Amino acid sequence: MSKFHVSTTVNGDTVEYLCDPRETLLDCLRDKLNLTGAKEGCGTGDCGACSVSVDGRLVCSCLMLGVEAEGKQIETVEGIADGDVLHPLQKKFIEHAALQCGICTPGILVAAKSLLEKNPNPTEEEARYWLAGNLCRCTGYDKIIRAVMETAEELREAS
Amino acid sequence: MALDDRKSEFTFVGTRPNRPDGLDKVTGRAKFGADMSAPGMLHGAILRSPHAHARIVKIDTSKAEAHKEVKAVVTRADFADVPFKPGLEGEFWNVLENVMAGEKALYDGHAVAAVAATSALAARDALKLIEVEYEVLPHVTDVDKAMAPDAPVIREGAADYSVPEGMHPNVVRYHESGHGDVEAGFAEADLVIEDSFVTEATHQGYIEPHACLGMLGNDGKGELWCTTQGHWIAQKTCAALLGIETSQLRVTASEIGGGFGGKTTVFIEPVALALSRKANRPVKLVMTRSEVFRATGPTSSASMDIKIGMKKDGTISAAQGVFRLQGGAFPGAPGDMTAMCAFAPYNLTNVKQVGYDVMANRPKQAAYRAPGAPMGAFAVESVIDELCKKLGLDPVDVRLKNAAHEGTKASYGPRYERIGLVETLEAAKAHPHYSAPLKPGQGRGISCGFWFNHGGETSVSLALSEDGSAQLMVGTPDIGGSRASMALMAAEVLGIPYENIRVTIADTATLGYNDVSHGSRVTYASGLATIKAAKHAVEKLCERAAASWGIPTDAVKWENGCAVPSGPNAGDFDPRPLADITAHMGSTGGPISGHFEATPEGAGVSFGTHIVDAEVDPETGKTSITRYTVIQDAGKAIHPTYVEGQYQGGAAQGIGWALNEEYIYGEDGRLQNSIFLDYRIPVASDLPMIDTVIVEVPNPGHPFGVRGVGETGIVPPLAAIANAVSHAAGVRMRQLPMSPPRILAALKENG
Repeated sequence: MSKFHVSTTVNGDTVEYLCDPRETLLDCLRDKLNLTGAKEGCGTGDCGACSVSVDGRLVCSCLMLGVEAEGKQIETVEGIADGDVLHPLQKKFIEHAALQCGICTPGILVAAKSLLEKNPNPTEEEARYWLAGNLCRCTGYDKIIRAVMETAEELREAS
Repeated sequence: MALDDRKSEFTFVGTRPNRPDGLDKVTGRAKFGADMSAPGMLHGAILRSPHAHARIVKIDTSKAEAHKEVKAVVTRADFADVPFKPGLEGEFWNVLENVMAGEKALYDGHAVAAVAATSALAARDALKLIEVEYEVLPHVTDVDKAMAPDAPVIREGAADYSVPEGMHPNVVRYHESGHGDVEAGFAEADLVIEDSFVTEATHQGYIEPHACLGMLGNDGKGELWCTTQGHWIAQKTCAALLGIETSQLRVTASEIGGGFGGKTTVFIEPVALALSRKANRPVKLVMTRSEVFRATGPTSSASMDIKIGMKKDGTISAAQGVFRLQGGAFPGAPGDMTAMCAFAPYNLTNVKQVGYDVMANRPKQAAYRAPGAPMGAFAVESVIDELCKKLGLDPVDVRLKNAAHEGTKASYGPRYERIGLVETLEAAKAHPHYSAPLKPGQGRGISCGFWFNHGGETSVSLALSEDGSAQLMVGTPDIGGSRASMALMAAEVLGIPYENIRVTIADTATLGYNDVSHGSRVTYASGLATIKAAKHAVEKLCERAAASWGIPTDAVKWENGCAVPSGPNAGDFDPRPLADITAHMGSTGGPISGHFEATPEGAGVSFGTHIVDAEVDPETGKTSITRYTVIQDAGKAIHPTYVEGQYQGGAAQGIGWALNEEYIYGEDGRLQNSIFLDYRIPVASDLPMIDTVIVEVPNPGHPFGVRGVGETGIVPPLAAIANAVSHAAGVRMRQLPMSPPRILAALKENG
């Protein structure tokens, strides 16, 4: 099958790749652009480990085709920090031990950042429902939710 | 180790610093199993049986081999035909049989062939070109049915010596233990309850599917990168299955995206190496989620009969249990563990337990966090709860009355050393959760839980650098923050800052053998090894200082990171900090390192008590967990935040097992729910915050008092939740998971 040429923007950088129309955006990010931060935990959009932001929308990159990325603005976990300055969520996740194995962390950080951009003052219930699409098997979510809520509070105080 | 050698005042241990690998893990930089690639790499894919039980009549791979993008195809013949085809025995043979089917496919999802091609898509396409002729055989997936006289035989001769005569060949191991006279004990009881319980198989559910990258040359030398809980066992097993020398295969553990026992063996690793050997190129293999569910893990399903007698004052006069565990198409279901753990929290005069390991046409069970213990606890603690209810006794008081303590003869034989069960029960009684009012429709359950914990073979090496920093090499993959606890323990001994210690998970070529990260052993055993390795280095530091001062080595002691004279008689010298000694080590005798190689034996058993509130919706049968408290003895919490994390994670997995998770097989013996949408693990909106209480009753077998904490946390939840749900719903729940349809059915049956 012939491949398609795709031009897109990932974390602010213009990138190009050739992809088979059956390959997902996740495949393209990982295998063609070597951005392995997004993980494939299920391939069916159930675990959220592959979460990225596409034109400001939170999506499972395993459910989007690579060819659909043409002309889009994509943000992955690799783009969350500002250079060597970590995003407050990243700092808080480390401080709170909001990760054990860390495989779900990239997706959860992308999803949590998206939550705080849309809702800077979420209730615990809102945070839990927003992150319900991101499976974590290690933590029981307690420390994740606390890290997100505390980051939200800090960001509100800072703004 | 003697008690008086144990440290009780700490500088670093017990603090909560950021984990050393935190930055890598929040930036996407950490490399997990599927994140590695190599020049010239091929992609592999595995063809799996669609049948639960079938004879493999013929496999024709010629069309796949002819495909121009396919570089290698392997079947079982590529494993059997090894240079020293060694007549693999025991577990190696079982693993090989599981990794690639031989004469029969034994379960839905059993691997039958594999390909390596120039792209993942080409590999997947090529699977369709492999033609397999099956003769479908009768199958059985249920544990009780697998023991019945008319059940299809999965493999003749799989049973070992322990199985009594006359049992079905699917029963492959038998365990019986206990003490006293249970019949006499039941006769003394004021109330005897006998009941039966069932739990379904669940999967460990790690979010990272199995993944590896293997390279094996025809010179018998290989490299393997894989996500594993133990790369030495991967090395040993792959070498055996491929007929190469163990030391010629170097295995590097990737970061691991969860394991919970499920990554303590190999599945795809030998296949990637076999493909690589044939193609002479590196081969990457990554499982899909569906492959993970169909062909790895899961835990055993169980069917259990419990009989317990109690006196009016709450004393348990006798306890008896029969535990039948189904472990898939291979020996290994932990019927013995279930039996030994089930009554372990209690000080019993009369106890008897029997365990069966039963084969069925399901994937080979793998360890899952305290393997076998949660099911037994579910059954036993449910009956104890029912006895408390009928006799009008407080469930915590009854457990306190019967609780095992130091010197108790355990239900499984030995006498306990210092243990902390009573302390967890007292903490439960004192916890505000236990006395908080319940709303209508809610119920409260409690349960105790026990796990053995494990030591295991351990090697650690610690090297000091000239600038006074230290590099620590451990061999147990960091599955949940263990680099942090290792660095804390090393810092405690060396007296240098936590941040000055770099912890590396060494590969199999750079450190001696290490048992798997399992059995809650990492902080205990690698921790003990780290302490000993650091002390070994300290001895050398003291020797150098002694030599520089011209005094005997035993006149020098180590204090706050400095060599100092041990007393006024030793002489008057200024303390020499570690960095001062290492700065000159090249000219005073050479590099200073410490190491440890042994099998620590004093893991120290562990107990926990959980309190849970559940609310049952009588309309839908849905259960909500409204409050949850975990109380567990950690011996000594090295990094309390990560200890809490283990408690919370164990509880959350237990909630999933109790309420939602189960392997569902159709009449055709095929797994019906092999994706996360249908096999539903708890999500953030399902759970409340999970409160934790860390009890610290030091383990006499560890220099700092550590007990493993990873596994015990999943033992009490099934029972605690079942007790809470039974109180809330007004009907005893005897089958897990307590999914909405089962609760509705129970409510209906109860009128």
